[in-house]
Amino acid sequence: MAAPASLDSDSAAFFGGVKSAWTSAFFLVLAGTYIGIGALAHSFGVGAWWFALSTVLVWAAPAQVILISALGGGAPLLEVALAVTLSAIRLFPMVVALLPLLRGEGTRLRDLLLPTHFTSVSMWVESLRLLPAVPRERRIAYCNGLSVGYMSTAAGFGFIGYHLAAELPPLLAGALLFLTPMSFLMSTARNARLMVDRLALVVGLVLGTVLAAKQVQFDLMWTGFGGGTLVYIIHRLREAAA
Amino acid sequence: MSAVWNELWPYFVLILVGYLPNEIWRVLGLVLARGLDEDSEVVVWSRAVATAILAGVIAKLILFSTGALDTIPLSVRVAAAVCGFLAFLAWKRSVFVGVVAGELALLLGGFLFAS
Repeated sequence: MAAPASLDSDSAAFFGGVKSAWTSAFFLVLAGTYIGIGALAHSFGVGAWWFALSTVLVWAAPAQVILISALGGGAPLLEVALAVTLSAIRLFPMVVALLPLLRGEGTRLRDLLLPTHFTSVSMWVESLRLLPAVPRERRIAYCNGLSVGYMSTAAGFGFIGYHLAAELPPLLAGALLFLTPMSFLMSTARNARLMVDRLALVVGLVLGTVLAAKQVQFDLMWTGFGGGTLVYIIHRLREAAA
Repeated sequence: MSAVWNELWPYFVLILVGYLPNEIWRVLGLVLARGLDEDSEVVVWSRAVATAILAGVIAKLILFSTGALDTIPLSVRVAAAVCGFLAFLAWKRSVFVGVVAGELALLLGGFLFAS
């Protein structure tokens, strides 16, 4: 899908962005994902508005799931913060890669604050695809519109999932709760193209299960730091041997 | 005073352990706008850590479920996850097909083996 042809003002570019968000394939992905996370938020007992605010402020599905499940499960705050920050490192190279597309003559730092906050997988993939066709002076407005389109989709369907989980019979509510682990499992597996990433997925599944079953404190921390580092060492040893 | 604090506490926690630890990486990207090579060793390590932590969360959500999902037997949840993953692998690694297959297996199993 190409960017809309008439982008002769910032507001036209903004609404062009909103429109392309609502008509892209990511609309369905976000709707399904956030229905699942909304149901999860309900089952872990966090408030509906708290959850909506987390969508706006955190705006990263993995970090939100970690936040909700860890807080709801009574994990220490320090562990929650560390787990969230470890899941968010990937945002750093994404912002670095996005900004050169948005910067133009006379772009001020404060113009880039919103696109920086909006950076997440869906917006990033679509921005990199669509922005080159948008005139440079309209790109920030277009990108903000795209992001607002995605964020409103996520927040809206999050509410729907939250309330569905409360109303549906247990089996259907359980199926909603199953959406998040299923979609995360598959999308992580699909993104894991290198052997080191696939190994990290398997080790994380096993270690996460074992440590949680043994009720080890800071189980997520050990799974991430310990498991991830172990996989990285194996990866280096294999490279050295090859 | 303490009533107000009790109202605001969850939002304070959201900022402190949700917003800030997540946002810092975006802000770092803005401030340190130099490119970071996708294949640099730090990136490979951090991706392994992030993948492992997310995998741990996935395992916990399926195996140590809460709420309504906990009313569906553990064996059904695991079997449904395996079904979904096999469908995903068989169908050109389509996330959509995998999720739908896993959900159908869960509903069928949950219906047949209600605990």
